[in-house]
Amino acid sequence: MLGLNSKDQKLFLVVIVVTLLAPFILNPFPENSELAQFNAGYPDLMQRFAIFGIFAIGFNILFGLTGYLSFGHAAFLGVGSYAGVWMLKLLSMNVVPAIIMSVIFAGLFSLLVGFVSLRRSGIYFSILTLAFAQMSFALAYSVLTPITNGETGLQLALDDPRILGVSQIDGSIPPTNFFGLEMRDGFELALGPWVFTLNFGYYLCAVFVLGAFYLSMRIFNSPFGMMLRAIKTNQTRLPYTGMNPKPYTLAAFVISGMYAGLAGGLMVAMDPLAGAERMQWTASGEVVLMTILGGAGTLLGPLLGAGVIKYFENIFSKINDTILYEWFSFMPDGLQDVFVFLIHPFIGKGWHLTLGIMFMLVVIFLPGGVVEGGQRFMRLFKRGDKGSKSSGDAARSASPAE
Amino acid sequence: MSEIGKAASRRSVLKGSLAAGAAIAMPTIFTSQAKAAFLNDPGAASTVTLGFNVPQSGPYADEGADELRAYLLAVEHLNGEGDGGMMNTFSSKALKGNGILGKKVEYVTGDTQTKSDAARASAKSMIEKDGAIMITGGSSSGVAVAVQALCQEAGVIFMAGLTHSNDTTGKDKKANGFRHFFNSYMSGAALAPVLKNAYGTDRKAYHLTADYNWGYTTEEAVRTSTESMGWETVEAVKTPLAQTDFSSYITPVLQSDADVLVLNHYGGNMVNSLTNAVQFGLRDRVANGKNFEIIVPLYSRLMAKGAGANVKGIFGSTNWHWSLQDEASKAFVQSFGTKYGFPPSQAAHTCYVQALLYADAVERGGSFNPCSVVEALEGFEFDGMGNGPTLYRAEDHQCFKDVLVVKGKENPSSEFDLLEIVEVTPVAQVTYAPDHPQFAGGQLGTCNPGA
Repeated sequence: MLGLNSKDQKLFLVVIVVTLLAPFILNPFPENSELAQFNAGYPDLMQRFAIFGIFAIGFNILFGLTGYLSFGHAAFLGVGSYAGVWMLKLLSMNVVPAIIMSVIFAGLFSLLVGFVSLRRSGIYFSILTLAFAQMSFALAYSVLTPITNGETGLQLALDDPRILGVSQIDGSIPPTNFFGLEMRDGFELALGPWVFTLNFGYYLCAVFVLGAFYLSMRIFNSPFGMMLRAIKTNQTRLPYTGMNPKPYTLAAFVISGMYAGLAGGLMVAMDPLAGAERMQWTASGEVVLMTILGGAGTLLGPLLGAGVIKYFENIFSKINDTILYEWFSFMPDGLQDVFVFLIHPFIGKGWHLTLGIMFMLVVIFLPGGVVEGGQRFMRLFKRGDKGSKSSGDAARSASPAE
Repeated sequence: MSEIGKAASRRSVLKGSLAAGAAIAMPTIFTSQAKAAFLNDPGAASTVTLGFNVPQSGPYADEGADELRAYLLAVEHLNGEGDGGMMNTFSSKALKGNGILGKKVEYVTGDTQTKSDAARASAKSMIEKDGAIMITGGSSSGVAVAVQALCQEAGVIFMAGLTHSNDTTGKDKKANGFRHFFNSYMSGAALAPVLKNAYGTDRKAYHLTADYNWGYTTEEAVRTSTESMGWETVEAVKTPLAQTDFSSYITPVLQSDADVLVLNHYGGNMVNSLTNAVQFGLRDRVANGKNFEIIVPLYSRLMAKGAGANVKGIFGSTNWHWSLQDEASKAFVQSFGTKYGFPPSQAAHTCYVQALLYADAVERGGSFNPCSVVEALEGFEFDGMGNGPTLYRAEDHQCFKDVLVVKGKENPSSEFDLLEIVEVTPVAQVTYAPDHPQFAGGQLGTCNPGA
């Protein structure tokens, strides 16, 4: 069904269920409990999970399949964002044209960058893409200020034309919508002590992330995907067999650029602002981290990696000392101080440190990322009945990036 | 799943569209936001949550840390703990030290990373997850403008922290946003007369400007006010924000016929550019028969500390300084110093004041509703917050108060005593019309209560 084999079908079904039920799964702790701190089921973060999931899935098509490590993918996300905001400013607050234009502009820009950068491979390719991304960042930050509004970021204003919509409603900028369905709107379900927020914006993102995931599965299984894997395995051999790898790598590059553009478009659809920092090298590095952390070259990996990183960024960075003291309030004073002192460097502004340590551990002990961790875990249980078969399976599908 | 494979029959289409219709109708039944008059209404709860969104990492982390200290102090005072600080000197006596409207003040913190995106994500999570009724903080204009727009869209109040660009209450002003800090125009207007007295009217200025929004508005403000008193601007060069070595920008200054260098830089930028300029001997230079001078429009104690001895004798402007001798400033320095062991910075001061002003506006308006807060703050005149009589102007939500012109101290007595106040520029001299060209283009819009 859907052109997928039964294993992928199952995987896709699981992803569909998890995505649709995310508001429930991510809010496991009752609203007023101490642990509510760790709930991630609020609209903004769920949208981010989905958006960066798309970004990482797209990046994985390039990096996971062809092995080309692009260090400039954030530029496409940024270009997509700017295109999206301009559509919201000029055309209407409907997100559809914004998202379409984001994908188109990011695609065109990635064609240009890819055409130049793909003349080289390996580290030279990485440096070229990095250079392009930094150039775009610098341009957006200062030179192109009339288009990008520089450091402040491009945002909507009350006097924007919005030809097909309205400039303002009662002195407010109208909210972004999908044919009238407001992105920030939604409804809350209170079940006992739990409160679940079902947000329209998130569900729009969810539809796109499912589409993106499906497309990437099809690409992975297609002859085209096979070609890309061949490029990764041995680039020099291919021309000898009469194949020209160039068009394939360029196609993969543009596809992943368009995925990034889609992510950028969704970002502004959820929160209509495009800042230049979105294109900075740290943002490009982040998507590399996401993919590797989750498991490069696997289907599910990038999605998981994006989730882990965004969770850390948004949840751990908000834990402060006061909260720690509350947690350890059962301890005697001296001991409490010791524990807070020990944990302090890893929370709040120290979330980078926690993430860094985790990243190191994953890369050292689980080169295949979180996905490999999951597979090893599953194998522990399966070893009894059909050990050899499943481990062979896992090894095949986990095959990490070199 | 077998349904998908089959061709759609009329019955299944009907069933499907019925289900879809029901699904679309659902939200109108379940929307819980409809019952509240405004977003994150604390209702009958015994506490109210404020969101402190400050840079905890990145180039302005020092300012952010100081802002957070000030907020914690403000929360203490609002809840009736500690010595009350400026609540005792504040001209409005609505605050009673029992929280806000009898609700205990709680807070959540977040890291803006001095990036618009991260700041918005952090503010959004405060609003959506923690139910914050007001967001405050920030140490960069880009972030302030971005978060202010977010708060306007979401429907909560934004009390800006340290943001000096004209745009925050100029072309990017918003009905739900308020700024206590002064701005580039005020710096220019306050500095000009002092510069005229000190350096005369016949000067040639060379500007080095940080290449981003705040740099542009500051350059424009200083240029306009110095040119109107007869100075000539020889050249204005933009420097990248990430620049750490400014020698290549200083050499051309030596070759030009300028006799004043204006550094429109802030934070680490200013520390580096000033240090470079001094190393190149600009301060000992004589050009056009006059001593070469350097000016830094926006000064802060934290910057002065970074630049060390290089700041001696250099003019700049600041929003507030801990050495001020009025009762309010003394009370604030006293209670901040008791808690943390050193005097507060201007960033800490403006954030503390903003938190108090918000709480006071809620008390006076009798509601947490953003529209009531906006009404209470617009045109509000107060005193006893360390800046003398101050007005929150209704047209652009900018505070109008005296501006301090300061100079790097020649003989500092401690690591905090780096600046001396040269002049307190009266508010009348820094007041401008709301439609002044440097501020034109934006609209406040109307207050948004969210629901």
